[in-house]
Amino acid sequence: MSKEKFDYFINGEKGKYEVVIGLEVHAQVLSNSKLFSGSSTKFGADPNKQVSLIDSAFPGMLPVINEECVKQAVRTGLGLNAKINNYSVFDRKNYFYADLPQGYQISQYKNPIVGEGKVLLDMPYGSKEIGIERLHLEQDAGKSIHDMDPSSTYVDLNRSGIALMEIVSKPHLRSPDEVNAYIKKLRTIMRYLGTCDGNMQEGSLRADVNVSVRKVGDKNFGTRCEIKNVNSIKFMQMAIEYEANRQVELLEDGKEIDQETRLFDTKKNETRSMRSKEDAHDYRYFPDPDLLPLKLEQKLIDDLKKSLPELPDNKKERFIQEYGLNSYEANVLVSEKEISDYYEEVAKLSDKKLAATWMIGDLFAMLNDKGLNISNSPISAKNFAELVQTIKSGEISGRIAKEVFEIMVESGDNPKKIIESKGMKQQSDPKELEKMINEILSKNKDKVDQYKAGKEKLFGFFVGQVMKLSSGKANPQLTNEILKKLLKG
Amino acid sequence: MSNITNQSLSEILESIKSKKISSLELTQAYIKNIENAKKLNSFVTTTFDQALENAKKFDNKPNNEQLLSGVPIAVKDLFCTENVKTTAGSNILNNFVPSYESTVTKNLWNNGAFLLGKLNCDEFAMGSSNETSFFGNVINPIGDHLVPGGSSGGSSSALAADLTPATIGTDTGGSIRQPASFTGTVGLKPTYGLCSRWGIVAFASSLDQAGPMTKTVNDCSIMLEAMSGFDDKDSTSINKKKESYSKNLKDNIKGLKIGIPKEYRVDNMPKEIDELWEKGKKILKDLGAQLIDISLPHTKYALPTYYIVAPAEASSNLARYDGVRYGYRSQKGKDLIEMYENTRSEGFGDEVKRRILIGTYVLSSGYYDAYYLKAQKVRQLIKKDFDDSFTKVDAILTPSTPSSAFKIGEKTNDPVSMYLNDIFTVPVNLAGLPALSLPAGLDKQGYPLGLQLIGKALDEQKILNIGHAFEKNCGYKNEIKKWWS
Repeated sequence: MSKEKFDYFINGEKGKYEVVIGLEVHAQVLSNSKLFSGSSTKFGADPNKQVSLIDSAFPGMLPVINEECVKQAVRTGLGLNAKINNYSVFDRKNYFYADLPQGYQISQYKNPIVGEGKVLLDMPYGSKEIGIERLHLEQDAGKSIHDMDPSSTYVDLNRSGIALMEIVSKPHLRSPDEVNAYIKKLRTIMRYLGTCDGNMQEGSLRADVNVSVRKVGDKNFGTRCEIKNVNSIKFMQMAIEYEANRQVELLEDGKEIDQETRLFDTKKNETRSMRSKEDAHDYRYFPDPDLLPLKLEQKLIDDLKKSLPELPDNKKERFIQEYGLNSYEANVLVSEKEISDYYEEVAKLSDKKLAATWMIGDLFAMLNDKGLNISNSPISAKNFAELVQTIKSGEISGRIAKEVFEIMVESGDNPKKIIESKGMKQQSDPKELEKMINEILSKNKDKVDQYKAGKEKLFGFFVGQVMKLSSGKANPQLTNEILKKLLKG
Repeated sequence: MSNITNQSLSEILESIKSKKISSLELTQAYIKNIENAKKLNSFVTTTFDQALENAKKFDNKPNNEQLLSGVPIAVKDLFCTENVKTTAGSNILNNFVPSYESTVTKNLWNNGAFLLGKLNCDEFAMGSSNETSFFGNVINPIGDHLVPGGSSGGSSSALAADLTPATIGTDTGGSIRQPASFTGTVGLKPTYGLCSRWGIVAFASSLDQAGPMTKTVNDCSIMLEAMSGFDDKDSTSINKKKESYSKNLKDNIKGLKIGIPKEYRVDNMPKEIDELWEKGKKILKDLGAQLIDISLPHTKYALPTYYIVAPAEASSNLARYDGVRYGYRSQKGKDLIEMYENTRSEGFGDEVKRRILIGTYVLSSGYYDAYYLKAQKVRQLIKKDFDDSFTKVDAILTPSTPSSAFKIGEKTNDPVSMYLNDIFTVPVNLAGLPALSLPAGLDKQGYPLGLQLIGKALDEQKILNIGHAFEKNCGYKNEIKKWWS
């Protein structure tokens, strides 16, 4: 595969700039109950219906750690090839806001549960490693709703106390495309692990984006700005694009960049200042005295490691080795666990390479068209495998296969049954074909003569006639062979 | 019958068991006492109807197998009580009625007791004289011009005035032991984690601990047994087998080694305190204990350490009182920030504000290392002092307080002198250890003075035993004239 070159730079009058990006991704832990209380975490409940006395910070209420959330964080850390810390501490991050009932968020500051790790990205210019700085557990806040009433703010505490994993990358990302690939990879890994559903619409995955620019070749980082709480990849990319160009413009004008927190306005497609460094909150972090330090036994970590599912990077390698796929195909087929499962079921029963081609081509196009995903595909893996096999064995041609595929989508039927009932089976009996071709040749004596006189273009005409007469079912390869033989004679 | 309420809890329990008195009669006797003692201002809320109801229920179907069968008990208003207003002595919780019951009070009720009322205390347990309460100061039954100590001042006052047969308080830096000492009663701060903190309005989470306040050491062991126990709703609760403190109470302390720390002889300490300490040593020695001089070298740093750690935690613990979800909300202010400011300005008293300010300051960026972090390190050293000593001794004997009860208003304008009252009690909280304050004598004005027995972690039984033996041989008896009725 020919490799493209990385080329995301911003050209100014005074030089060429590269963009340096680091992400703080907030991923909602997949768990039935909240980080420190037994309340449900189900999405979409009526406001304030999933709130315990702890979530709403009543006097005397105390947090108790949810072990499942801890395990989920460890699993995620293992999936990110990261160091799991046997000792971690929950701290209080103090600030006042109406949707923060305790007046502090319980988070991990100095001692996170997961340390350094890495994520591999497949970019058109090759594979790239992105360092993970840390992963820590923290509580989500509630939601303030400002547009329900002109004079009041409403507060919904359903989210209050839900467990989040904050995954902090090193400043290794260099373009919006890499950010896209990074988020998707994180999402894939967490969905494989079952630790986060990655549903960005429901807010299960959000990010704070740190952006700075520097002249190509500079060793030192530029001053960064943090864009808060962006909840779609598209917006992240737009925000980075805007922010990087804004910073380059400032530098080109000989101005300085202020370190600050900015918000991305999705309507105007621009970032604007939220608060400067001087106005930054003093969160007064200190260890939460209501919680003992979290000590993990090595055995728990080892057991979780043993029970991890095969992760996308390993699966991709295996698909290449075991099924003879190329890197692109393998990448696409491991992008979602459900897709890889479907593929493996199909590959067990049919030609592995052909199955990959048809899945990535026709099946994905159809799902995309209909707004479906693999889990609710109208074609079962077993039926899809059968279709692939009928193509491979020559029972039907690729062209007919597309028709069969359409019918399968509509009816959900088994392809053999469709071929049978609609008589779509390919005509591969040489005697039958010879009889048909002789008939055609005798009806078109003038054209046969012209062909023999050297007008070889007419070969296509004869093939067309065969297909017409056979309603497209004639085996194309056999047709060619027989036609050639008979036209010679 | 008229003197039932001046008996000890164990005597009262015996009378109930032997049907000498009914639970209803007992409850009525206390209600009468309480109604005659309004001057003391020891109650914030009374629950007489509910108590009479419970007493009748008990009498109809007495279960004498329980530790606290048929006994009405008033508790500090820091314990959340289901459907009964819980104020923590603060305006900001003036209208707060919890829908839940604290684990410790639930334990009492599960052992046969029932609620008589909620006792006044310093606002959010911040104070040493019960003068910071939004509901007014409490008066010490010892004298109408004296503070009852704090923060469990309502508890000590009510107990000494026979308004409850026993009670519970909370002790963050001495809030059980100092008021016990000021009123001639027994107070125990248990090992951190022995009693659940769930449902207790938090002051400083790493120091707060609930404990019994009683007339005798035996009563204290009964109450401790009833209120303590593992609670999976409190992550700092200790998971261990429950002990039978009252059944195992002994008075033979022969051969026990008692440490006498030289650092507890502070400058300007009244001579009487020194004499009291000597008296205590002699009693224990006569009982066959061995006195050993020890050193707790970091003692002098305990008070400043405490006054960094406790306000730091408090500043964060009290952030939830913002007027948004429950409690007092100011009607003034045009936006969220102003609502916060007005609610908290109007809702909290001066001492609480002072501690929130101190706590916020010591946690602020740039000061954290110099104050909070350093205080945590010193705290470890203080704990280590005790650990080292306890390799040599079974318990440590010190005075409970540097003085007897002081006059109402005497220290209200001098917070530092008020804080100095905790000098002997705070090291124990910083180290998480159990300590028992015992009435041991009177000063020359006739006011009670207490001695403190400090034990190893979870060694409550031993200090109760020593206290039990001490009590029998000390001959202290509270002689309180009921001047208020």
